[in-house]
Amino acid sequence: MTCANCVNQCSYGALSFNKKEIITDDSKCVACQRCIIMCPTKSIKVVKNEIFLPPHGHYDRRIRNIIWAQSGYGGVLLSATGNDRNIRTIFDDLLLDACQITNPPIDPLRETIETRVFFGRKPIKLEFTQESDDINEVCLKTKFSPNFEIDMPIMIGHMSLGSISYNACLAIYKAAKELNILAGSGEGGLHPDFYEYSSNIITEIASGRFGVDINYLRKAVGLEIKIGQGAKPGHGGHLPGEKVSALISQTRMIPIGSDALSPYPHHDIYSIEDLAQLIAALKEATRYKVPVGVKVAAVHNIAPIVVGAVRGGADFVTIDGFRGGTGAAPRIIRDHAGIPIELAVAVVDERLRQEGLREEITLIAGGSIRYSADLIKIIALGADMAMCAMPVLIAMGCRVCQQCFRGLCAWGIATQKKHLVQRLDIEVAKKRIINLFKSWNEELKEVLGAMGIDSIESLRSNRDRLRYIGPNPKIAKILDVKHAGE
Amino acid sequence: MNWKNYTSLPAPFKDHRVFAGCGISGYINVDGTRDDGRKIIEMLTILSERENGLGAGFAGYGIYPQYKEYYALHFLFEREENKQNVLDYLEKNGNIIRSESIPTRSPPTVEDPPITWRVFYDPESSKIISPDEKIVRIVMKINECFQGAFVMSSGKNMGVFKGNGWSHEIAEFYKIESYKAFMWLAHSRFPTNTPGWWGGAHPFNLLNCSVVHNGEITSYGTNKRYLDSFNYKCSLFTDTEVIAYLIDLLCRKHGLPIHIALIALSPPLFSEIEKLNEKYKLILKSIRATYRSAMLNGPFSIIIGYCEPKPMLIGLSDRKKLRPLVAGISENENTIYISSEEASFKRLTLASNNINFSKVWHPRSGTAIIATLKDGLVQEGREQSFENIKLIEMEV
Repeated sequence: MTCANCVNQCSYGALSFNKKEIITDDSKCVACQRCIIMCPTKSIKVVKNEIFLPPHGHYDRRIRNIIWAQSGYGGVLLSATGNDRNIRTIFDDLLLDACQITNPPIDPLRETIETRVFFGRKPIKLEFTQESDDINEVCLKTKFSPNFEIDMPIMIGHMSLGSISYNACLAIYKAAKELNILAGSGEGGLHPDFYEYSSNIITEIASGRFGVDINYLRKAVGLEIKIGQGAKPGHGGHLPGEKVSALISQTRMIPIGSDALSPYPHHDIYSIEDLAQLIAALKEATRYKVPVGVKVAAVHNIAPIVVGAVRGGADFVTIDGFRGGTGAAPRIIRDHAGIPIELAVAVVDERLRQEGLREEITLIAGGSIRYSADLIKIIALGADMAMCAMPVLIAMGCRVCQQCFRGLCAWGIATQKKHLVQRLDIEVAKKRIINLFKSWNEELKEVLGAMGIDSIESLRSNRDRLRYIGPNPKIAKILDVKHAGE
Repeated sequence: MNWKNYTSLPAPFKDHRVFAGCGISGYINVDGTRDDGRKIIEMLTILSERENGLGAGFAGYGIYPQYKEYYALHFLFEREENKQNVLDYLEKNGNIIRSESIPTRSPPTVEDPPITWRVFYDPESSKIISPDEKIVRIVMKINECFQGAFVMSSGKNMGVFKGNGWSHEIAEFYKIESYKAFMWLAHSRFPTNTPGWWGGAHPFNLLNCSVVHNGEITSYGTNKRYLDSFNYKCSLFTDTEVIAYLIDLLCRKHGLPIHIALIALSPPLFSEIEKLNEKYKLILKSIRATYRSAMLNGPFSIIIGYCEPKPMLIGLSDRKKLRPLVAGISENENTIYISSEEASFKRLTLASNNINFSKVWHPRSGTAIIATLKDGLVQEGREQSFENIKLIEMEV
């Protein structure tokens, strides 16, 4: 077999052709599967081929690899995607309720089931006045803050132009617009080509302030001050210089090839009053027409942190759990910092209610929402909307090889190399994202129908409809979810 | 009749939510004429397939004209000392105008019937805490913290009588025929998962708002958490409780006109809202967005007795009409009837009082029937819930 297409396809240099045969370098293969899929004769197979290590239950392969890597390079190890440790996923320990006999299920094929949500700040109550004896004559006095109607309770998580390619960004924004859901810009600025989709884009103001100008603020559907990210709480953004091409340099306003490392804190936010000032400044700059929110990583003390942000004026809060994804993050932080989103949402929802603030804000939860089951469970635990990014990447072709920080993505997603980027067909990728979320929304309706609920707002924080089946009753207690059988 | 479980569910069923199928009936005399309880008993007891002897109750409005300025607190007590504790507590928080037993007819064979008691009460209030608010706090406190005591109702010039038995037994026990009211609500119960208990029977009441309910609220968890954040403790583990509290929150605390509150509980579909002009879209979307946690989901039909700004009878079913509700108006147009089944009306026609109906209709799913004292039928329930709303220009 000598077409050698696989050699061209492999962006990691694992394959070469010596005029006679294909030579493989196993150590470079990341199992991205590009060669397999693109092979015209389907003659390639990638199989696990690990060297046998003397067994040790405590110093397992993962630990030994970490030590060898560090003792070789002498630096902080980088990683991508979300926490890959085999920590029990709470979502998988939650079971959904369904109706039998006394509460008839609703058939979504025949009946309306609504999944529309409002993004933005709501008043705690409405004030109507009645000036005549006619009870039907009413006047609504309450002024509503800007709210945007979204057709599904879904936001595509922040992935910047830089961490992912122009084609990937465009596919995401086009899909978000067509689906009428939200998408995050990430902290990489907003390329002028993306302005036409900005009515569905939440732009992010991160500590590096990359690409922040008045268009970036005013054109967006929402502004999000990024305090933290689930994959790396306590850290700023990391865009390796390899990914800073001319295009990225232009939108981020930084030199070509330079590492874009945003500071760990915002250097104008050292306290809650500083945050409140920035929120106020952004609201002022956008003439109070755009909801301004805060994104925080789910850390140990998440409930008071979110309450603080809300008291500071945030119209929405995005919480990113410890499994949240990243294009590049120190492995030590990605693998060990933060708490699961399920617990974070449960305690935040509860605390906001205790303080009478819950109904006013939109609570978005991510990290990691893998499929519609997670989406449904996180809303039942108390979120208004779910944020997800990995499923979008996987829909576009990502094989989860976790090499995003190297900028060599063979699928044209997490790379800025022109010859790789062009591999990603924008229209095909868009269509696949649309298919994915349409199917999620249909599954959401199926579950709502089975629960006898005809509108998403009656699922929100409806923990009555969840049961816990895992090994740790303490988790059920924190989630305020009964054990299965109770 | 089940002579136990007066003020709480038996221990093995604690924390279990009560699901039930039910019969509900109610009527209002527009001119305020007070009827004795015989008509409502007939309307309810004919719905015999809808009950299984595990709970029934009645609410009469206008029954205590001589004490109409005072809150009429209806209690169930297990023991004499439970009663004394509550009366002591009430003494500390206001003036007891009159304190007496609610007359009952219990069979001589029963050893240990509940103590049924009523107190006409004038609570201490202040500039910050209105008398209504004070009463709500007292009711919440007693139901949550006082052993062996349960507040059945707390409105003015009205009262709830309920217990664990067949509807005809409860009617007889409380001598319902001896009370005269211009508005009656009644309920019979078919609980599916608990043995039934006296306090858990309907109507559920808070101040002047009484609710009888047939169905199951699938949004209970959402509604309960919403109410929690406004300090309503859902301690009774029934769906119906949340309906009474939601109406109290939306109408009394938030000041929503009742028909707007009813839209919040059972809002029009977005597909209907999108057909309207911008003003109506704004108002209906504002309601849906702000009160998203107050929306009731699941199969239900309810009848509500409410008194602000004037006494009114309300009937409402869920948006999919998964529970029955039928309405009728008498030939002289003075009485509006609502029931689970038309059988209630036919029974009245056939009975000796010979009532005839000029019209009987099925209200639209999700739209309330509203009949008030003096004005009569202000909303038939056959229109869209928002159709009658007249929007006054908003100030810019």
